[in-house]
Amino acid sequence: MISYLKSSLIAAVWFVFLTFPLMVVKVNTLKSTVEWRWMNMLWVAIGAFILSAVWRWAMEKRVRGASQNEQDAASEEKMGIGQRLLEDPKLNRPVIGVVVALALLMPWVSEMYQVTIWVFALIYVVLGLGLNITVGLAGLLDLGYVAFFGVGAYTYAILNTRFGLDFWVCLPIGGLTGALVGVLLGFPILRLRGDYLAIVTLGFGSIAKIVYENWEGVFNGAKGIEKIARPGFFGVQMDISAATTFTYYLMLVMVVFTIFVTNRLKDSRIGRAWMALREDEIACVAMGVDMARTKLGAYALGAFWAGLVGVIFASQTTYINPASFDFMLSAIVLSMVVLGGMGSIVGVVIAALVLNLLPEYLRAFEDYRMLVFGAVMVMMMLFRPQGLVANVRKTYTHGKVRAEETNG
Amino acid sequence: MDYFLELFLSGLTRGSIYALIALGYTMVYGIIQLINFAHGEIYMIGAFVALVVSGVLTIYGFSGVSILILAALIAVIYSAAYGYTLEKIAYRPLRNAPRLSPLISAIGMSLFLQNYVLLAQTADYLPFPELIPDFAFMEPVAHIMGSAELVILITSATTMICLTLLIKFTRIGKAMRATQQDMVMARLTGINVDRVISVTFVIGSVLAAIAGVLVGSYIGQINYFIGFMAGVKAFTAAVLGGIGNIPGAALGGLVLGLAEAMAAGYISSAYEDVFAFGVLVLILILRPSGLLGRAVKQKV
Repeated sequence: MISYLKSSLIAAVWFVFLTFPLMVVKVNTLKSTVEWRWMNMLWVAIGAFILSAVWRWAMEKRVRGASQNEQDAASEEKMGIGQRLLEDPKLNRPVIGVVVALALLMPWVSEMYQVTIWVFALIYVVLGLGLNITVGLAGLLDLGYVAFFGVGAYTYAILNTRFGLDFWVCLPIGGLTGALVGVLLGFPILRLRGDYLAIVTLGFGSIAKIVYENWEGVFNGAKGIEKIARPGFFGVQMDISAATTFTYYLMLVMVVFTIFVTNRLKDSRIGRAWMALREDEIACVAMGVDMARTKLGAYALGAFWAGLVGVIFASQTTYINPASFDFMLSAIVLSMVVLGGMGSIVGVVIAALVLNLLPEYLRAFEDYRMLVFGAVMVMMMLFRPQGLVANVRKTYTHGKVRAEETNG
Repeated sequence: MDYFLELFLSGLTRGSIYALIALGYTMVYGIIQLINFAHGEIYMIGAFVALVVSGVLTIYGFSGVSILILAALIAVIYSAAYGYTLEKIAYRPLRNAPRLSPLISAIGMSLFLQNYVLLAQTADYLPFPELIPDFAFMEPVAHIMGSAELVILITSATTMICLTLLIKFTRIGKAMRATQQDMVMARLTGINVDRVISVTFVIGSVLAAIAGVLVGSYIGQINYFIGFMAGVKAFTAAVLGGIGNIPGAALGGLVLGLAEAMAAGYISSAYEDVFAFGVLVLILILRPSGLLGRAVKQKV
């Protein structure tokens, strides 16, 4: 106990020292005044004191957990309640039914503002699921994911405003353009190891934004493109509120479609190849997996979803400019995948909804949003790298063998 | 000719800044094979601390060189402290984790530090005081080269020479080289590897802080986001020279700075950043081991 107190005290003093010039002092060089914010110092001290104790406790638990895992690695894994909800049809059918019913009824019981928020949340869900293919399944860390989203959005914006093409024609075109750009980008960087890949994709994301900003002729520069058509439905005239509701249902269909495809992909030949590649590249290639094709597939599919959603995003906002496609969006989507659990579909859906809706409903939290996202990424890596809802690999059990084991 | 010379010198100045930051990347990568994404943020924090300190000192009536020296000193101390804490919190517990984990942790830390400065200070660009005085003897060549550029070139050259000496001839330098070659073997011979890694982070952060102070007084304004671009470019420089290779980082920084200044001067300044990324992608495709690096075979 005393050692806890002592280390917490040291941490408090250390963090007060660290944060002093930035948290306490604020200079205004133009007016030549200094503002001393001593209260901040107090908060830092208290915060660091408590967090340090929690930190130490969590670290000790983590070390204990690691040694315990080694001990009973051989024994059978017991299923948590969350896992049982996912696996057991008796439990998960009613849950899915209720969720679907709520999702379908939502636009009828709430205002348009709420529906708009949910449309954006669902856009993030699909983005998260798309990135989940690249990062979660194939283990390729993509920090420029927003670029593909932008490609989709700009494809629709340009085709619609210049050539008058319809939303439904552009939807597949947007997705395919995204995938095409993904392949073009993926091709030269296939050979690179994970960490180089991260920085190249980061660079690509930034390049895309700079090009949107500076290429006036095509992308209309920083002014952006306005008056993009909303999606139509067999020529039915819709006012804004009806159109939003329509987009909401469209996004719901997209989410279901994405979940279905990713789920099927996970157990497919290429899905297993992705996971094998993620675990050990050399062994995987030695087993005869075509690395280039597998990686390109992951890239293209991830980019495809981003492109599709980009089209819907452009049609929902009816106005896009380069500022919508900066690095922060990639970071937000990545933190959803990390929080939800890399490779886990349910986890990513929940994380995307939570991370998007919380800041919407807790306005006070808004400013701290990115700060918390950053902290979440670090914390998840340290204490729960598998994410909130861990992705469980498919295991094949032989009923007979197991029965004999328990008998004997 | 004057225009070329001006571009050349501005490229050299820029390049030596990139080189200073790139050294931090390369040293850390050499030892623990991690891209320290938050390194750019350490540089930004260095610049911010220098800004705050020099602001306070100016208001309390200090003047001239004493401000420069005190601000730089305190900035260096703080950056070192941040670098040390960063490693201890976000990277050390993940030493044996899969490769992707520390990388994501680093990105998270980078976001965290950016927004910490944003919330604690401001989102606006802040004017950075001119800490470096105008020298009288630079008057005749002032149209080509400012005093700040001279100071930057001399300071970064001196710093790099000191670093080389430190790594070549001191005990800790030897320990760093040993850890880089083989961490397990270094530990077996009695080297405290954790301490070596901490020292590496501290040295990298010190270099970044020096770069931050120099850039602040050269460009004249800073905000919480400057670390992002500087970090990516410095990383490009490190890869260009061969990551893990210390003279390589210096060379890569200079080459990138020069190439960028020439491209901005003769082609278009709007696409300056695109150009840096283009260089990075080209290098990774054509010669992933960099200019001075050797290709390392991966053992299974």
